[in-house]
Amino acid sequence: MQDFGAAFAEAFALIVGLDAELVAIIGLSLRVTFSAVIIACLLGLPLGALLAVGRFPGRGVVIVVISALMGLPPVVVGLAVYLMLSSAGPLGVLQLLYTPTAMIIAQAVLVTPIVAALTRQVVEDLHGEYDELLRSMGSSRLGTIATLLWDARYSLLTAALAGLGRALAEVGAVMIVGGNIAHVTRVMTTAIALETSKGELALALGLGIILVCLSILINAGLLGLRRTAERLAYA
Amino acid sequence: MPDGAVMPLCEPCHPQPNTPPAVVLDNLVLERGGKRLIDGLSMTVPAQGVTAVMGPNGAGKSLALRLIAGLIAPSAGRLECMAGEETRRRIAFVFQKPVLLRRSVRANLDHALRTYGTPRRERAERLAELLALGQLTELAERPARVLSGGEQQRVAMVRALAAAPKVLLLDEPTASLDPQATAAIEALIRRAVDDGVSIVLVTHEAGQAQRLADNVCFLHQGRLREAAPAAAFFHSPSSVEARAYLAGELLI
Ligand SMILES: Nc1ncnc2c1ncn2[C@@H]1O[C@H](COP(=O)(O)OP(=O)(O)OP(=O)(O)O)[C@@H](O)[C@H]1O
Ligand SMILES: [Mg+2]
Repeated sequence: MQDFGAAFAEAFALIVGLDAELVAIIGLSLRVTFSAVIIACLLGLPLGALLAVGRFPGRGVVIVVISALMGLPPVVVGLAVYLMLSSAGPLGVLQLLYTPTAMIIAQAVLVTPIVAALTRQVVEDLHGEYDELLRSMGSSRLGTIATLLWDARYSLLTAALAGLGRALAEVGAVMIVGGNIAHVTRVMTTAIALETSKGELALALGLGIILVCLSILINAGLLGLRRTAERLAYA
Repeated sequence: MPDGAVMPLCEPCHPQPNTPPAVVLDNLVLERGGKRLIDGLSMTVPAQGVTAVMGPNGAGKSLALRLIAGLIAPSAGRLECMAGEETRRRIAFVFQKPVLLRRSVRANLDHALRTYGTPRRERAERLAELLALGQLTELAERPARVLSGGEQQRVAMVRALAAAPKVLLLDEPTASLDPQATAAIEALIRRAVDDGVSIVLVTHEAGQAQRLADNVCFLHQGRLREAAPAAAFFHSPSSVEARAYLAGELLI
């Protein structure tokens, strides 16, 4: 207990003193995760919207597969991306393994199904409501998708935040493809795992506290979004 | 046609010179689940004026409007836009339950103008016009979906007018509105008529039909039972069903 107390004190000292290593790890974490979520949105939003509005053979299968991918364990995603990027893999020539880029790819793979599946759900519901109106206005396919995406903006932001939370918290995928190399691919979760296993609790605790704060921030954002949407009757 | 034969209203094969009807429905059938929801509906939407569509709940009035708008395809029969594709694109619809986008009133109207292809430089001016027309200028920045029912209906109405429509389909636009809101909508309808828009108005209010309509089509169980000039229809309906309906007697 004595040790824990000291560790906590040290952890707070690290945070308050903006310890260089701590800040670097947090910075890399945020860079990797935000990049991944942005890529996942760029892919997942149009994919989800297309699945919601389009009618084509195999649509049902794609929807089921994407829903299944939503719950994929991060280590499995890490393994799959590892196989792709390893020197024997199809993308081995790019030599991306153990780089932040590999981590971004892995997290994007992890988050894209979440964004796509939630987008599909939200846009499909909205399409049911808007379909006749937009058709009566002679809206083009592209115009319809743009209208639906914009009008679902609050729900879609919620989906993006959900993806952000999942990416920020996961450890399996970034550990496998990043390798947890100090100053190169060490992010918050992998650092916590390593430091804890070494018995060096101060840095682990400091990062843990930051992670909890970020999680609270994300959930506060979610709640705020929901409140705003309800107030404007945009929910 | 022999002398003395009664010519049906707006007989499709006898368009008035220079003013061909806007839309002609020829023996339309709509089947769902083995049931004929619309059963051999032939009617003509003239190029101008107000055509009231009346009939009891479930008669098929809303379905008839959807068929005219091309939102659903008939199982059989033909639907023709006499003035061609241009008319088809300019049939505007105000639904029985207004559908408003999750945006401000202004953004709803702006979306409509953009969708209807109004040139960018005309948009601001048209937008201000439409807001004024619907007495919505004060409400322009409000989220459309928190407005009252009557205000929402006015937004839906002027949004349809953003199309500069040739044909305006109105599905019970004043149901559940107070007298003042009803008067506001009726004023908008009259203005549109003056601008040469052809209006198809579904209504349960005989008074409203008498105030506005030139002709009345009476539907019952998916069939057209009567089509007559409004004055004649309300003075002496010729079909048993229309007589019972106007007398407030239940129809099945
Ligand atoms: N998609 C559908 N599938 C099956 N039946 C339908 C469908 N749409 C409408 N109907 C039925 O068709 C009939 C006509 O419906 P419609 O909405 O046109 O009635 P209406 O004349 O507009 O009635 P109201 O005055 O209540 O608005 C109703 O009995 C309705 O239940
Ligand atoms: Mg109806």
